[in-house]
Amino acid sequence: MALLQIAEPGMSAAPHQHKLAVGIDLGTTNSLVATVRSGMSTVLHDEEGHALLPSVVHYLPDGSVEVGYTAQAQQSQDPHNTIVSVKRFMGRGLKDVGDTAQLPYQFVDTPGMLQIQTRAGQKSPVEVSAEILKVLKQRAEKALGGELTGAVITVPAYFDDAQRQATKDAARLAGLTVLRLLNEPTAAAVAYGLDNASEGVYVIYDLGGGTFDVSILRLSKGVFEVLATNGDSALGGDDFDRRIFCWILEQAKLPPINPEDTRLLLTKSREAKEWLSDHTEARITSILKSGDLVDLTLTSAKLKELTQHLITKTLNPTRKALRDAGLAVEDVKGIVMVGGATRMPQVRHAVAEFFEQDPLTNLDPDKVVALGAAIQANVLAGNRSENDLLLLDVIPLSLGLETMGGLTERVIPRNSTLPIARAQDFTTFKDGQTAMSIHVVQGERELVSDCRSLARFELRGIPSMAAGAARIRVTFQVDADGLLSVTAREQTSGVESHITVKPSYGLSEDEIADMLQSSFNAADSDKQARALQEARVDAERLLEAIAAALSQDGDLLAEAERKQIETSMEQLRNLMNSGNSHEIHDAVEALNHATEEFAARRMDTSVRKALAGQKLNTLEL
Amino acid sequence: MAITLTETAARRVEKFLANRGKGIGLRLGVKTTGCSGMAYTLEFVDETKPEDIVFESRGINVIIDPKSLVYIDGTELDFAKEGLNEGFKFNNPNVKDECGCGESFTV
Repeated sequence: MALLQIAEPGMSAAPHQHKLAVGIDLGTTNSLVATVRSGMSTVLHDEEGHALLPSVVHYLPDGSVEVGYTAQAQQSQDPHNTIVSVKRFMGRGLKDVGDTAQLPYQFVDTPGMLQIQTRAGQKSPVEVSAEILKVLKQRAEKALGGELTGAVITVPAYFDDAQRQATKDAARLAGLTVLRLLNEPTAAAVAYGLDNASEGVYVIYDLGGGTFDVSILRLSKGVFEVLATNGDSALGGDDFDRRIFCWILEQAKLPPINPEDTRLLLTKSREAKEWLSDHTEARITSILKSGDLVDLTLTSAKLKELTQHLITKTLNPTRKALRDAGLAVEDVKGIVMVGGATRMPQVRHAVAEFFEQDPLTNLDPDKVVALGAAIQANVLAGNRSENDLLLLDVIPLSLGLETMGGLTERVIPRNSTLPIARAQDFTTFKDGQTAMSIHVVQGERELVSDCRSLARFELRGIPSMAAGAARIRVTFQVDADGLLSVTAREQTSGVESHITVKPSYGLSEDEIADMLQSSFNAADSDKQARALQEARVDAERLLEAIAAALSQDGDLLAEAERKQIETSMEQLRNLMNSGNSHEIHDAVEALNHATEEFAARRMDTSVRKALAGQKLNTLEL
Repeated sequence: MAITLTETAARRVEKFLANRGKGIGLRLGVKTTGCSGMAYTLEFVDETKPEDIVFESRGINVIIDPKSLVYIDGTELDFAKEGLNEGFKFNNPNVKDECGCGESFTV
């Protein structure tokens, strides 16, 4: 018997159609997976009841791979083949990672991203991360009893394109569909329900295992805007461990030790640190491979002294971020604490003192990011009603359509936040036009031929009207997944046509960058090309109109008058192919001038016709 | 007859409603889809419809439209854990046959 979850009103899924979506916090030290069940975000546990999965991957001699606690247990035994904190290397080259000497790995400098030599061969950080994601995916599928529709994976706000791309690649390698990469601070804010809270400025203080990240978010109209971020990508709970580790070496007067003992003592250091979060003393005992014995007692006061400079190191970026956002401590409405290291009382005190208010700590700081990601995943998978949509993404390139003469009319400009809908009215170009071809394009260039074509469709059945009389509303809508749908509707008759396109597919980051670059370079020539095209379109429209008028009311003109107009028309027609935009423009003016008298006579005639046979008092004047 | 909730189910629903921050009860229903003809639906309720029938079980309002009631009258809703998975379960006396997955049924 399947187990059911409670859906939002009217959102029940058909059997086997449940959209199972998860949020994944792919952390430096620990990773988690969470989902929304019956409207409530919960972290999914493994069979042993662990919520956290240590982000540790161990390559075994038999070719198999261990992930999590079992791998973590091998850290001191087999440090070369046990990869910890791989997130630090995501999308990084060897030169980006300082201090490689302190790490027990054999790095291989490969173009783009470094690799690590293990007994299972060279492994890129993407492959190592994929191992972690695979385990989380399996855990989720077991717990939810079905295949996942997709996942939201969180990344630090400061992650650059290469690091984000590496994260996406790791997910793909693990067989996950990425619904979205979400900034960790935003996920934390969502978990605390701040998206439903009163508007204001919130600070997310995230001291994780390996990274410190502070973000200033402004919530307005249910939307989070990142005002500033700062941090230190090489500062986290691990550094507190290392500080304790160094203290142990000093106190125990140990000689330089081997990698196994290093890992062992680092593990002991971490345990002591965690113990001190709710105790005042921690005993550290260990027998090293070298035969040396360690037996020390660390007090919380001593820990505070040892790590005070690390805490200060977090407050400097915090101060900078506030300054970048142009804000003072008094402007901050709330502080969200994220990351296991914020359990340390001295960290909480320091933050409370700095902001002159107590930070939010009622959610588990290890879980808060995953919980928020799950809420977002649930929305993106379509399990909530539309007005609950949360926006957190932008359009990389403008979306628009082709207008007469091969020009681009931008409907949604780039960097607009998702989801978005924009409508624009267009009209027919010719008298009696009953169909309109709609060509959807993406790009920043003025000419359609320089943009990327996304889709074409036709709106048929427009009632026959004079050119310019039909009102065709074209609506562009991009949902939270980046899915674009375009609807064209003739307003008077209601005829409608519709198409759905997926713009982000098939464009690599490089292609997007190239397209943007060429739009900056080509801005000037584009402008001229646009002016010329516009002049041509104007000219053609005028020629069409005059031709129609001549065939209808040609008898109003004397032969000489008619000749003169026809000559002007001929001149304009010739210029349309050879002339520049100014010449065409001037010729259009000349033709307009030449037909002024004709237009006046037509007007008189039609007024006279309309009034013929009517008494003055029946006219509504 | 009526629709009832087990104690576990009732406390869960209570918790989920509290977490959601709004809602007046739980809607049980059936839809005519699925591999065996009908499928259960389970939804939060923000407002009742005029034709709805409302039962109360262990402090929870259970809301059902009369058309669905025919098929699930006498059902007891339970909350169960199976391995890592957990969720609600319909114990429906009217069911003659279920599809393998238990998500749809015939009466």
